[in-house]
Amino acid sequence: MTHNIYLYILVAASVSCLIRVFPLTLIRGKIKNQFIRSFLYYVPYVTLAVMTFPAIIDAPQVPLAGILALVTGIIAAWKGINMIGIAALCCGVVFICEAAAGFFI
Amino acid sequence: MNRNKNAFINGIRDGIPIALGYFAVAFSLGIVAKKAGLGPFQGFLSSMLNHASAGEYAEFTVIMADAPYIEMAFVILVTNIRYLLMSCALSQKFDPDTSIIHRLLVGFGITDEIFGISIGRTGTLNPYYNYGAMAIALPGWSFGTAIGIIAGNILPVSVVSALSVALYGMFIAIIIPASRADKIVGAVVIASFLASLTVSEIALFDSMSDSMKISLLTVLIAGAFAILFPVKDNEEDLKKEASEHDT
Repeated sequence: MTHNIYLYILVAASVSCLIRVFPLTLIRGKIKNQFIRSFLYYVPYVTLAVMTFPAIIDAPQVPLAGILALVTGIIAAWKGINMIGIAALCCGVVFICEAAAGFFI
Repeated sequence: MNRNKNAFINGIRDGIPIALGYFAVAFSLGIVAKKAGLGPFQGFLSSMLNHASAGEYAEFTVIMADAPYIEMAFVILVTNIRYLLMSCALSQKFDPDTSIIHRLLVGFGITDEIFGISIGRTGTLNPYYNYGAMAIALPGWSFGTAIGIIAGNILPVSVVSALSVALYGMFIAIIIPASRADKIVGAVVIASFLASLTVSEIALFDSMSDSMKISLLTVLIAGAFAILFPVKDNEEDLKKEASEHDT
């Protein structure tokens, strides 16, 4: 081993930190440009949606469990259940589905 | 002062499910870290400083390959580039007078999930909310990695599998109510789901990292909607909602 693990960690941490900190410290105040404002308004929803689907289907062992968790989560969120409740519901759905799948297969 | 304290407590409360999900995911990350030759403390340190699932996975593969440091810098830049966009978006949630210390600390603490719950807050963002979430979520992530290195497979597979969707449940809790309140956001979410599914199915994109795909889709879809449906100014509403928060 010619490289030091601590140096590797340091390099990785520095790059991660710079990426995270730069925009927050450089962009001070509200951006006036309407396009950029609109763009940044939509960014979080696109990012979160893209990260959720289809990853939620691939995360559990049984894809059907992921699909049911997604549907349950959407219905629960639409009805106004809070964040922790929705997360717990999704976990519960996957756990029960996989237990049932294990029982029948 | 009292509002900061309440924001901190709210941050811890919302950070608990994140920490649980993190613990399970970090556990499996620890198994990879062990293969790359990291000890428990090194895994803990890496997770405390980096706190990025895909990013750290890439980090450990670079260590395993004994590749040059410059390659590490490049790989981390590519896998974590989405945090640049998140940081831009968060800058608009801050009060313009927020001090540089708060900006540095909140920036350091950005993860997919902490970003998600911060965006879910109405009005301007109180940094103490993020500190609360970081105070519980980051140790969850770091200890998960360290214990994964030490203990390998302690948790039953069924539990890890169930916990793996907790994070997505939280994302759903943010995007769906926003879609209900604003039809355009609903269209954004549907377009994003479809685009993401398409990209994951096309072999052409297989060589692209997940973070790269996320960043690319974010720029394209958010850009298209920003051109088609520019948002109107509503800073007055934001201020009003902010004052009702954390009190």
